[in-house]
Amino acid sequence: MKKFVIIFFFLIISNLTSISSFSAEKAAKPMSPGWSFKGFFGTFDRASLQRGYQVYTEVCASCHSMKHLSYRNLSQPGGPEFSKEQVKIIASQFEVRDGPNDDGEMFDRPARPSDNFVSPYANDKEATAANGGAYPPDMSVLVKARKGGADYIYSLLLGYDEPPEGISLDDGVYYNKYMAGNKIKMSNPLSEGIVEYADGTKASEEQMAKDVTTFLSWAAEPHLEERHKIGFRAIIYLIIITILVYFSMKKIWSRVESEV
Amino acid sequence: MSDHEYTPSSKFGKWFNDRLPLLTLGKHLTDYPTPKNLNYWWTFGGILTFCLITQIVTGLILAMHYVAHADLAFGSVEHIMRNVNYGWLIRYVHANGASMFFLAVYIHIFRSLYYGSYKSPREIIWILGMIIYILMMAAAFMGYVLPWGQMSFWGATVITNLFSAIPLVGESIVTWLWGGYSVDNPTLTRFFSLHYLIPFLILGLVVLHIWALHVPGNNNPIGIDLKKPSKDTVPFHPYIVIKDLFALLIFLIVFAFFVFYSPNILGHADNYIEANPMVTPAHIVPEWYLLPFYAILRSVPDKLLGVIAMFGALFILVILPWLDTSKTRSAIFRPLYKQFYWFLVADVLILGYVGAMPAEGIYLLVARVATAYYFAHFLIILPILSRKEKVLDVPLSITEPVLGGAVSASAVRQKKDKL
Repeated sequence: MKKFVIIFFFLIISNLTSISSFSAEKAAKPMSPGWSFKGFFGTFDRASLQRGYQVYTEVCASCHSMKHLSYRNLSQPGGPEFSKEQVKIIASQFEVRDGPNDDGEMFDRPARPSDNFVSPYANDKEATAANGGAYPPDMSVLVKARKGGADYIYSLLLGYDEPPEGISLDDGVYYNKYMAGNKIKMSNPLSEGIVEYADGTKASEEQMAKDVTTFLSWAAEPHLEERHKIGFRAIIYLIIITILVYFSMKKIWSRVESEV
Repeated sequence: MSDHEYTPSSKFGKWFNDRLPLLTLGKHLTDYPTPKNLNYWWTFGGILTFCLITQIVTGLILAMHYVAHADLAFGSVEHIMRNVNYGWLIRYVHANGASMFFLAVYIHIFRSLYYGSYKSPREIIWILGMIIYILMMAAAFMGYVLPWGQMSFWGATVITNLFSAIPLVGESIVTWLWGGYSVDNPTLTRFFSLHYLIPFLILGLVVLHIWALHVPGNNNPIGIDLKKPSKDTVPFHPYIVIKDLFALLIFLIVFAFFVFYSPNILGHADNYIEANPMVTPAHIVPEWYLLPFYAILRSVPDKLLGVIAMFGALFILVILPWLDTSKTRSAIFRPLYKQFYWFLVADVLILGYVGAMPAEGIYLLVARVATAYYFAHFLIILPILSRKEKVLDVPLSITEPVLGGAVSASAVRQKKDKL
């Protein structure tokens, strides 16, 4: 009986990760291009992050905000690591509303590294109205907010297809095999050559999808590299001290006739 | 607390101890005679104390940076994750700490069920423990609401709506709980206030729980009363302290894996979407540790009866010492009870599983059968077993061989190892 319970327990545990996948029954299983940031020593690919930022800012950012990030994040360790100068230039290309000044008036000024990413729309309502009634979600934590994470976002970007027979789509609705229900209101954002990479990498759809997903994964988890690094040290430390304590315990308990 | 007079060696110590006997208390805690055959299932008391302190300390720091406001809460959590020094670490420890806390408390409770630790003379310890457990669930639920994500909002809506099932005054009670006509800013601020309060209530109850434990002393795997101190016991320090520390470290390694390598696996992705009263998530699921009760709630077709069943499932545990009246504590000497114990464990796991599934078709059917069995275990099986079960002979002490050919201590240990 006990064995049965234990086996059952592990079955449940192994199932738990897929527990909410039932909501996306019709959607295809996401594919993975292999991410450098997975695993115990996972780190982001700097060049990919920088390219990903380019895709985000030239393609996604026309509809999707990223309000929890600041421009200064782009130069912090563990991120795309643009230089401080580059970040100043990047920020200065955006306008932010500031004020009131001494005359009590609001004014526009170029953004500084300390400013949050400028949103494409003034508010959610405007964003929704401008996109055919579908709110383009904020991308700050998008990767963590979707079941399947990076794999899902990557697959979705490449999942546009002609609808199979028998499925009729309304105007402004597109077929995507990775979307729950297979219907998405975002048109296919990526097409070959839509971005011209500064480092000369060929901007194929797969490349852009991978780069921008890497960038979004960093945006959602900016301290991931630090977390992996500290985690590894912490666990090594814990294992060593556990071994030491184990032998101390054995020694102490050897004084009594009992096992530990 | 201690029966023995204790005289500190230093003059100041004596002066102080006569006015506030803290040193006597310290002496009592170090000398506290503990059964020497306790296995590792007994280390979870210490682990739980550690969990509580961790939650309080990390929570304290989070509260310094968190903003309890419907418009700002989500952003303030992101601020903690991005801008506060090691904020990500503190928040992940706190969020996963809640899960680890429940993991430990479930092991602690099921250990008690297996070895009959709730039986006379330990009923008060058990009841205090159950109150702690219920408060823990309240604290965890309210804590999950604070980040103000989609699951926070809709979980709060579902759970608070349960009270609307109360006849006549239900609707008014829900309005009163919400501080308005829907879950909104007033709900969030009061949940934050209560989430801050409850851990300190728990801390107080933990002190009582341990105090009540120190009156009869620990139960033990063979569930017999011991002479204390005797050959069967060891002083708490250093024997139990080092053993608890060892177990705690193992626990911490598991904890660290969650925090550093899969900090979000136990949460729900939807909670990284800011709360939106206009959009309902496809499936509203509570955190994993509440799932068995959620399954019981949903398995009853009537809302009021469902709520009664859910709270009944908890209350039934409180009166457990009077449902299981068998004089033999440990399942080791109760062959039938041992079988039913494992059935109960399986039943609760099944309930947890179907609680995460949509309440329809086969899942609903399984949930109903499992709910019925859960209540049958406590209300029918245990009372009958207490009267009818043929128990094995129980040894008279841990160390000494038993007269009359009963189970010897070494046989007991072998059995224990087999477990």
